[in-house]
Amino acid sequence: MKSRTEGACLPKLSRVAVCGGTHGNELSGVYLIKELMKRRREADDEEQPILVLSNPRAAQQCLRYIEVDLNRCFSHDALNAPLSDSAPYEVIRSREINAVLGPKGSADSVDFICDLHNTTANMGLCFISCSDSDWISLKLMRHFNQTCSISVLCHIGPTFLSFSASVSVFRFARWCFVTFPRCVFTAMEVGPQPHGVVRSNVYTTMKTALELVLHWIRLFNCGTVFEGGPVDVFTLVKHVDYPRDCSTHDIVAAIHPLLQDKDFCLLNPGDPVFQTFSGETITYNGSESLYPFFINECAYYEKGIAFSLSRKSRILLNTNGFRTDFKL
Amino acid sequence: MDTQEGACLPKLSRVAVCGGTHGNELSGVYLIKELMKRRREADDEEQPILVLSNPRAAQQCLRYIEVDLNRCFSHDALNAPLSDSAPYEVIRSREINAVLGPKGSADSVDFICDLHNTTANMGLCFISCSDSDWISLHIFKHLQLCIPDIPMRYLHFDLSHDEAYSLDSVGKHGFAMEVGPQPHGVVRSNVYTTMKTALELVLHWIRLFNCGTVFEGGPVDVFTLVKHVDYPRDCSTHDIVAAIHPLLQDKDFCLLNPGDPVFQTFSGETITYNGSESLYPFFINECAYYEKGIAFSLSRKSRVNVPSLRANRDQSR
Repeated sequence: MKSRTEGACLPKLSRVAVCGGTHGNELSGVYLIKELMKRRREADDEEQPILVLSNPRAAQQCLRYIEVDLNRCFSHDALNAPLSDSAPYEVIRSREINAVLGPKGSADSVDFICDLHNTTANMGLCFISCSDSDWISLKLMRHFNQTCSISVLCHIGPTFLSFSASVSVFRFARWCFVTFPRCVFTAMEVGPQPHGVVRSNVYTTMKTALELVLHWIRLFNCGTVFEGGPVDVFTLVKHVDYPRDCSTHDIVAAIHPLLQDKDFCLLNPGDPVFQTFSGETITYNGSESLYPFFINECAYYEKGIAFSLSRKSRILLNTNGFRTDFKL
Repeated sequence: MDTQEGACLPKLSRVAVCGGTHGNELSGVYLIKELMKRRREADDEEQPILVLSNPRAAQQCLRYIEVDLNRCFSHDALNAPLSDSAPYEVIRSREINAVLGPKGSADSVDFICDLHNTTANMGLCFISCSDSDWISLHIFKHLQLCIPDIPMRYLHFDLSHDEAYSLDSVGKHGFAMEVGPQPHGVVRSNVYTTMKTALELVLHWIRLFNCGTVFEGGPVDVFTLVKHVDYPRDCSTHDIVAAIHPLLQDKDFCLLNPGDPVFQTFSGETITYNGSESLYPFFINECAYYEKGIAFSLSRKSRVNVPSLRANRDQSR
């Protein structure tokens, strides 16, 4: 268990953005953003967060992307490479988004982005971040853990883990999603939901969670001091691909029934992980017990990922917490 | 020929199994590929005809490339003039009809089993355009006996053989075997195993039938399609404005009564079922049906008394 002392004061989160439809077939986010935009038009209220339908063409066709995955286009190098005439749609779109919400790395970028996603994996509600020392995100997670007793959050169907257990924070060491270094970012991932389908329980979880995020930001901006406490963080260690046919590269097995839907249940060396299409069991041959997630995510077949593995650690946030810096 | 005691039908000499009719319904795609691989290894020609129905869609993990292949097999569609710019699936449907048909002729295969998956919580379903195809009904009874723990239903879409548009209608007998829930583009091992086990039992029944086994008759519950219900939509954009209500989600084949909740709008209101008759819903929240304007379908349950059945003692072909 690590503990860290705090003392930092952070600026208010004045400019906040919510993005949905970064993958056009992750429908809870698509419809939630559209619903928020509709309410904005009806209420004629400009004080709420910036709302972005990230990939409108993909959303219109209910595809993950048109040409390339939009959510892999935001590294510093990708955003600053020369733009050719034949650049893919999503590359052009990433520059538009960077102009509105960024530029990435500059003082003009928004203060906070929440990007809405769905997964076919049984991951419940997850927050995905690029840092485990992002105090805003960690305090936000702590707030979620403490507020799980709110009755509306108990409307979780049997396929979800309990709300407090399923709110997980990730740190991706090397590769990041939409990320703006001076900006706090979190991808909010909710599953399981098939792509191209909206399940009302998943939509409601995402809506409720987003409302809590925005509520926390309002409290933070008003100077609230947040109590410290522990936050469990799962840090990505590695990805595991499906066993494949050497010549065709086709997968030759599915996730084993004993691993299917067991996101965040400890996987030990020797545990079954795959079942071939002819019925044989393949076991996990790693040396370390790790926590699997993104088990059987549809969009990751093409990326060569059957499941990912993480290490769990506990971060103890200082009880004195932190407060906004009113000098700014 | 039916007798007072039961029915006699010709042997099922030519049998076909099709998978990947929708290229992103992966249990069927991988099961067909597995069967083809075993066929090559065993060098065994006596097993059923195996067809990967839509190879281009399977390769790209899409439902279809241009048009839904499983809507291309009505008599009219198969006999319409073929233009130079015909969609890929229309051309493919003619190829399949040449190999397994021609539909409606004496040369068509005796039996087709077409493998499908659904995102709906439907368990194992047989989908047929007939409620009096004794072959299909007896196969269903056989599976009910052999794998009683798997929830299974017999679905009937009331269409004439000519009007039937699905691939399985190319043969003299047949059905689509639908297994769910499974997200499209994903293979879940329990769903794959259910489909594999069910298919093995289907082929086993056919072998028994062809050997002269007499199958005892009995009642079979059949669900007959009555109507489809679309999502509530925005008048101008045509976007859906609600999702299937949490109390209806995953409740395929649980009786839906007038006044029961069916939709929950994105702003949180409940919409109830305003029909006058209690009916059985299915294909609840099937991904591919959003574009077809179907949120769920409704059926009436009836009991069919299936006569005993055996193969004609004379060789049919």
